[in-house]
Amino acid sequence: MFESLGEAVERAEVEQISLGELALRVEAEDGLRTRAEIEQALQRALDVMRGAVERGLLGDLRSVSGLVGGDAARMAHASGPLAGTVFTDVLAAALAVQEVNAAMGVIVAAPTAGGAGVLPGVLLGLARHRPVTDDMLVRALAAAGLVGAVVAVRASLSGAEGGCQAETGAAAGMAAAAGVELLGGSPTEAVHAVALTMQGTLGLVCDPLGGLVEVPCVYRNATGGAIALAGIEMALAGVRFPIPVDEVIDTMGEIGRTMDVRYRETAGGGLAATPTGRRLAKERLVQLKPHRS
Amino acid sequence: MVSLLDIIGPVMVGPSSSHTAGACRIGLFARGLVGGQPDSAKVELHGSFARTGTGHGTDRAIAGGLLGFYPDDVRLRDSLELAEQAGMAITFTNVKLRGEHHPNTTRITVKRGGQQAVVIGSSIGAGRVLITNVDGFPVEVTGAFPSLVFVAQDVPGIVAAVTSALARTGENIASMRVSRRQKGGDAIHIYELDSPPSAETLDVLRAIPAVRTLRAIPRIA
Repeated sequence: MFESLGEAVERAEVEQISLGELALRVEAEDGLRTRAEIEQALQRALDVMRGAVERGLLGDLRSVSGLVGGDAARMAHASGPLAGTVFTDVLAAALAVQEVNAAMGVIVAAPTAGGAGVLPGVLLGLARHRPVTDDMLVRALAAAGLVGAVVAVRASLSGAEGGCQAETGAAAGMAAAAGVELLGGSPTEAVHAVALTMQGTLGLVCDPLGGLVEVPCVYRNATGGAIALAGIEMALAGVRFPIPVDEVIDTMGEIGRTMDVRYRETAGGGLAATPTGRRLAKERLVQLKPHRS
Repeated sequence: MVSLLDIIGPVMVGPSSSHTAGACRIGLFARGLVGGQPDSAKVELHGSFARTGTGHGTDRAIAGGLLGFYPDDVRLRDSLELAEQAGMAITFTNVKLRGEHHPNTTRITVKRGGQQAVVIGSSIGAGRVLITNVDGFPVEVTGAFPSLVFVAQDVPGIVAAVTSALARTGENIASMRVSRRQKGGDAIHIYELDSPPSAETLDVLRAIPAVRTLRAIPRIA
């Protein structure tokens, strides 16, 4: 796969194809799997994502510690000024997948389990308001995968290495490209959506209570989806981010490498280290009866 | 090289690719070393696996792997109860393993019939694992391929005997590694193959006099 989104856009424009179509072609050229096998694997991922959204929206799941659950269903019955729009549907779907994840349900790591709600949140939230086919959704997933592959090589996809900007931040960047692909935008618009999204998640720390993928992870998947929507909307309106997308990704990597270890999934800083964060973690972890030392 | 399907995937039971999916795969590898469901397993959790493993279902994931469940199997959630029903005795202990280890590491001792195996494995991110020690021998196995693991007497010509046997039976080697604790003692051989070895291959290898305890382990990733 590519190591630069700039190069990918150039090639997509020369060949006059979308980023997702390019990703499918290049993955097949790499030779490990045929095009049909790749599409089949992405279709299965799409089916699992749909199942996770539906499961989470039922609203009866509780996480392993009991700290999270039921908010996706709450969001699906939103009554605020944006109720019934793409925006609230994206939030509900992202929460749903992440609640399923926290309850040991089946999800697709995209790129990780901790950021697994953002991409299905954005894609399936958009799909509720647009006539889209599964083929279009599969190509959108391929576009997301291309972006994730570039981030993996240039920066990181691990909260322990780069903070939450490398998990929900990267997932939001991937979702932005996928959203533009789904809505028929150009490769240039797709990568500007990625840049506009990821500039908004730079510096985001990984600070889960008790080290569990629950608080704030579940909510951060929803806000990650919201930032991706902002990136998509701006890029499709013609907004162009002045710093090239590859340099934004490099910046995420650089910030991650210099981020204090307290903010890299160790539960040593951020929300995890607040008085309430510490108290909740202690109560819940005691309840889980950890193994004897 | 990063593949699209490394990024959009794996399909897995949550909540953590490293603490759940990766942990399950190490359990699967340990199961493979004794050729099926262990009668008993002693699971030692190190580092972050010990600290936050319970909340991430690391114990359930490892027990599930030992029962033969893959990371996308919903039975992982109930694996501790299923292990009990299946008569697999399993204990968990938090430890600090000596030497350098990745923060997400476990040592698993499994027994089945008269066999015993000890494996150390680390979950290195996004559900990928690295098996670093088998029965006291340092190794490096990712589990992305079916593998042959065996201990053999450290005699000249053993590698040639094994590779020519594999060539004869039409197996293609993806990678190989031989490691020993001392000269002239036993050495561990690990061959990763493109496809699972045939029964004929296993018979041919078992017939080589220097080869002891041959195990064929399915791919775990």
